[in-house]
Amino acid sequence: MIINGVSIDATFAEAFPMKATRAIITAQNEKWAMISAQAMTGFATSVIACGCEGAIERVLDPSETPDGRPGVAIMIFAMGGKGLAKQLETRAGQCVLTSPTSALFSGIDGGIRIPLGKNLRYFGDGFQVSKQISGKRYWRIPVMDGEFLTEATTGQVDAIGGGNFLVLAESQPQALAACEAAIEEMRKIPNVIMPFPGGVVRSGSKVGSKYKTLGASTNDAFCPTLKGMTKTDLSPEIESVMEIVIDGLTKEDIDKAMRVGIQAVCDLGAKNGIKRISAGNYGGKLGPFHFHLQEIMA
Amino acid sequence: MSALTFTLKYKPAQRVDLSPLVCHQLADLSLADIGAILLQSGKLKLRVDELFTIEGSDTQDIVINNSTDNLDFIGKELDGGRISVNGDAGAYLAFGLKSGEIKVSGNVGLYAACEMKKGYLEVSGNAGDFLGAALPGNKMGMKGGTILVKGNVGERAGDHMRRGNILIEGNAGDYCGSRMTAGTIAVMGRTGRYLGYAMRRGTLLLWNQPTLSASFNDCGAHTLAFLPILFASFKSLNSRFADASIAFNRVQRYAGDMSEMGRGEVLVKL
Repeated sequence: MIINGVSIDATFAEAFPMKATRAIITAQNEKWAMISAQAMTGFATSVIACGCEGAIERVLDPSETPDGRPGVAIMIFAMGGKGLAKQLETRAGQCVLTSPTSALFSGIDGGIRIPLGKNLRYFGDGFQVSKQISGKRYWRIPVMDGEFLTEATTGQVDAIGGGNFLVLAESQPQALAACEAAIEEMRKIPNVIMPFPGGVVRSGSKVGSKYKTLGASTNDAFCPTLKGMTKTDLSPEIESVMEIVIDGLTKEDIDKAMRVGIQAVCDLGAKNGIKRISAGNYGGKLGPFHFHLQEIMA
Repeated sequence: MSALTFTLKYKPAQRVDLSPLVCHQLADLSLADIGAILLQSGKLKLRVDELFTIEGSDTQDIVINNSTDNLDFIGKELDGGRISVNGDAGAYLAFGLKSGEIKVSGNVGLYAACEMKKGYLEVSGNAGDFLGAALPGNKMGMKGGTILVKGNVGERAGDHMRRGNILIEGNAGDYCGSRMTAGTIAVMGRTGRYLGYAMRRGTLLLWNQPTLSASFNDCGAHTLAFLPILFASFKSLNSRFADASIAFNRVQRYAGDMSEMGRGEVLVKL
């Protein structure tokens, strides 16, 4: 399959079941909601070392938030429910509770309820106030700038992590420009996040390493500087490869995000140095969810 | 199916206990069976069809017409369904209400929604003393749900209240929110003396400055984030509380009752 001169590999991205949640952070203005959201989703690029994968899903209009203030929706994904709950609570406590004028609300009504502000309330040292409004419990925690308002719980749902595609380009600036265009379109899709810095990862990994202590190491088959040293997957004109990793609530959400992302890359086309789209997988033996590139773009 | 309608034929001389006439207890009964139910009235037992003309068949939608202030225990422990009362209601209306909806077009007597657990009570007129309170000697009043009173309420509204909302469009009598453990009482009109007497926790939300006891301490003026959410939850009500223009988030906060636990608050609109 070739779109606008870009070759789409007959391969697939391999993804895994994860647990996910969404939280809504509001503040006096969008600037401070965004600061808090960025702090909460910082150091959350990969479950390999961060404990979770998280990112900003989208900016919310005041009409969409529970308290009518500007807000940001963030999503956090983890391999299990316990890990997710721990990450959520720790991050909420250190990054949202501490952030001026912030408030924190559940972003998923259904699912298994996990603590959001339920345990943060103890920070109130007995001065915290509970309010049950329309069946939801809120905690008002006195803090130095006034009151921190948080919903007690949010929803945990089954999700999918690890959807991905690789952009193979003739130069590094061209690969990055294509990925930026893809991310801009993919951020318009609800229920997905691209957890790596700016949504793009340049250090894709393979399973295993020559060093026994490492479970993952650089994906040498896609490293352009190793073309003459290893069993490369790159043709001579490829000088740079970048990857976009997608976590989403459902397979359909990831399908949609991959489609608009790959389309945005292909719209730049061969004339902008984009040669191929590929994807990362482990031979289909590890992850139950397979995203076939050519099926998605058909 | 039309609503099961009880139209009072005459005002009984004695008070009448209407507690058997609730949706879940009438669910599988025929009109004849319902008519044969005995109601306690003083020392007498009156048949339902002796006191009421009975029409309709939907036992989950009960209407009581020509209701008077000596019909007690209407909607006692109602567990689902709807009761509409056209006229006044006596004491213990919606006593221990578990779920469902009760609406009264007139005034209601003492202990309305006493120890209510959940559900919704709407009173278009005035309510007597001890609205949403606990029975004498008991420690827990209303435990959940919402009460809306469009008129005034008597003394001790929300006495020993544990959870839920009491919304009062008119005035509240003395000791409003006394011995409250938690929950919210909102009063658009004026409040009487000894507001929040011995309250432990909970919120008294007021549109007018009250006369507060010395055991309430001023915590200053604040903008509170939970208030817009609270007001938004009233949007579906048939009430002035649903009007967005009456909502506010800027309040003077008083903490009390310091002679008790002192974790309660009186919030007065600024």
